[in-house]
Amino acid sequence: MIAETGLAALWLAAALSLLQILLALGDGRRWFDAARAVRGVAVVHGFLCLLAFVALLLLFARTDLSVQLVAANSHSAKPMIYKLSGTWGNHEGSMLLWVAVLGLSGTVLALFSRRLGERAMTAALGAQGALALGFHAFLLLASNPFARLDPAPIEGRGLNPLLQDPGLAFHPPTLYLGYVGLSVAFSLAVGALLIGQVDRAMAKAMRPWVLLAWLFLTLGITAGSYWAYYELGWGGWWFWDPVENASLMPWLAATALLHSINVLAARGGLRAWTMMLAMVAFSMSMVGTFLVRSGILTSVHAFAVDPQRGTFILVLLAIYVGAAFLLFAMRTAALKEGPPFELVSRESGLVANNLLLSVILGIVFIGTLYPLFAEAVSGEKLSVGPPYFNSVAGPVALLLASLIAIGPLLSWRRETRPFGRKLVIPLLFAITALVVLLFAAPEVGWLPKLGIAVAAGLAPASLIPLLGRNPLRAPLATWGMAIAHFGVAVAIVGMAAESGFTRETLAAARPGDRVEVGPWLVEFREVYPAVGPNWTAIEAEFRASRGSGAVTLKPQTRYFTDPQTETNEAAIKTVLAGQLYTVIGPPDGEGRWQLRLWWKPLVTLIWFGGGLIALGGLLALLGRTLRGWRPRFRNSRERYA
Amino acid sequence: MIARPKHQRMVLLALAGVALLGAVLLAMWGLQDRAAYFYTPADIVAGKAEPGRAMRLGGMVEVGSIRRAEDGVTITFAVADDGGRTPVSFRGIAPDLFREGSGVVAEGRLAPDGTFVADNILAKHDERYMPPQLAQPGAGAPPLRAGQ
Repeated sequence: MIAETGLAALWLAAALSLLQILLALGDGRRWFDAARAVRGVAVVHGFLCLLAFVALLLLFARTDLSVQLVAANSHSAKPMIYKLSGTWGNHEGSMLLWVAVLGLSGTVLALFSRRLGERAMTAALGAQGALALGFHAFLLLASNPFARLDPAPIEGRGLNPLLQDPGLAFHPPTLYLGYVGLSVAFSLAVGALLIGQVDRAMAKAMRPWVLLAWLFLTLGITAGSYWAYYELGWGGWWFWDPVENASLMPWLAATALLHSINVLAARGGLRAWTMMLAMVAFSMSMVGTFLVRSGILTSVHAFAVDPQRGTFILVLLAIYVGAAFLLFAMRTAALKEGPPFELVSRESGLVANNLLLSVILGIVFIGTLYPLFAEAVSGEKLSVGPPYFNSVAGPVALLLASLIAIGPLLSWRRETRPFGRKLVIPLLFAITALVVLLFAAPEVGWLPKLGIAVAAGLAPASLIPLLGRNPLRAPLATWGMAIAHFGVAVAIVGMAAESGFTRETLAAARPGDRVEVGPWLVEFREVYPAVGPNWTAIEAEFRASRGSGAVTLKPQTRYFTDPQTETNEAAIKTVLAGQLYTVIGPPDGEGRWQLRLWWKPLVTLIWFGGGLIALGGLLALLGRTLRGWRPRFRNSRERYA
Repeated sequence: MIARPKHQRMVLLALAGVALLGAVLLAMWGLQDRAAYFYTPADIVAGKAEPGRAMRLGGMVEVGSIRRAEDGVTITFAVADDGGRTPVSFRGIAPDLFREGSGVVAEGRLAPDGTFVADNILAKHDERYMPPQLAQPGAGAPPLRAGQ
């Protein structure tokens, strides 16, 4: 019954999304109020999508094995949290989650966005309906999550143990909130182009969505990176895997959009460019969905190779992106010009930011899709990995990071004050760091060296916008910017230290042996069996000491029965200076065990920096939305742009 | 000097074009010697792979071929397909899903003596995952639940 209710809700929602498009097309007729009707339909549509998703959650919670999807991906012996997270740990469920978030964002847009004119709102909701319709069709025609299985099996096939982890419970939903938040920016841009009103009001309505999407993408990428780091047991934090790139590309586009939309909201400039970025950002979300869902690229993440579904998403992608860019090409010439600005100005800084982010996006995009392209053209099979991405995108990213130090110090339109003097101290920091590294660690590669130098300069420079006034009275958005930029510096230090200073030891050892890694002396004490709710394990006990004081680490090799797999559970000890990362491998049959140990100085700064960047986004979001929600408490002499 | 609006849009457009072109050129330059081509043992037997270059080798782990060296951390095995077999040596902990009779992709270089020296080994992610290259006919497609 639950499955049928869910399916019915999905069909109804599909019908309503069609209605949403039709009503929006009928806008402007005198005899009915399209704006109100569209809003109402969008609200109901969102709740129906939610209902369908809740139905699937319930089916997984009860392990209803008569539903094909549950039988294929769940097991009655799984802990409840993994039963629930299993809902989106598979293709159909994750697409349903996608659609549910898309529907709900339409609801939120219809209910709470007060800044937008009625025509712009109606057009945007119409565009949102068109997006939803395509994905409803995809779900209902190509990946029905509610399909029944007759006869029902006695037990389910289980969920891949790698995916049975708290990280998975939150990682995909977070990324989806990001992807789908960008769909609202896309719809707003399409709507604005349709009615020919690309203005500051529209930019201000779009900005919270972009901030929200970007915030979730940042969190999702940071959390996903940490998940891969501790769960895969490979000691790396970013593999330039197609699926990782699939989340990085929308983030890069959203970061550019986040900056250019400020020019539009504050100064009315960069109109066409911002609209294009909004479209590119969501297109990248769809490209990402396509890459992940089609499994077309060799990926450690890809869990289904299904050409039919890939083709379906590719067709949707072509329709939406094609239509949007056609609209853009037709309308962009008619857009009004923004106010002019000089070469040295805040606007120029933001244009430079956008151009460099676009270059990085281009490099990542080409590197990710080149294998597909090459195979289609010449039949050659190849893969593009870290050597390409690090050495090509890395220097551009560092150039961008150095510009972050300068951009926020410039004034809008025309810089008249001398700003160079402010940069003396950051520059001194950067040069000192570089010189110290050149002498103290000559063996480290030039990219990590430069990275640390740039970060040493960026860290103080990012805080300058808060100085020179009472920091407590600085707007929240300024705080957000400073913290996010500071977070970039922190993350770069972590990345550079990880790649330049990591120490690794691989050894075969017997219990009682001692192994050195970096400054640590690790004693391999014993191995013994352990048992969990749905696994058994071999657990090792390490006692690691560095100078005085010792810590205990217990890495495991876990064996799961449904499906039959083993996983390495790394044991990680975090200290102030970094992380000691230990993995126990298989025995060699002569009483020795393979041990893999890493000492990773400052590695935690990568995710700490990511967290700071997200925190900055959150502050900016609060600053922007709170200001809009209580204008009446403002002094009348304070006129806000 | 403040540019006229029309002029300014042209400049921005030109800059965007330069950025796009720059990205493409940088990417092409980077891909020239950093893309790792995918080979099967049959390709290597046929002499298609150039020794010393970063590449990927894909196929099935030959049953009975996994050996552990004296140091306890180096393993050797053979990757095989319908057209041949290539010996592989790897220093490190093989992934969880690496086992004989199962699909594998090794990343590394071909040594002059014909041994493939792997820096990294990728095994299939779960029982449903298979690298697309292996799933194609002629590449020695393994049965879906091999090795279980």
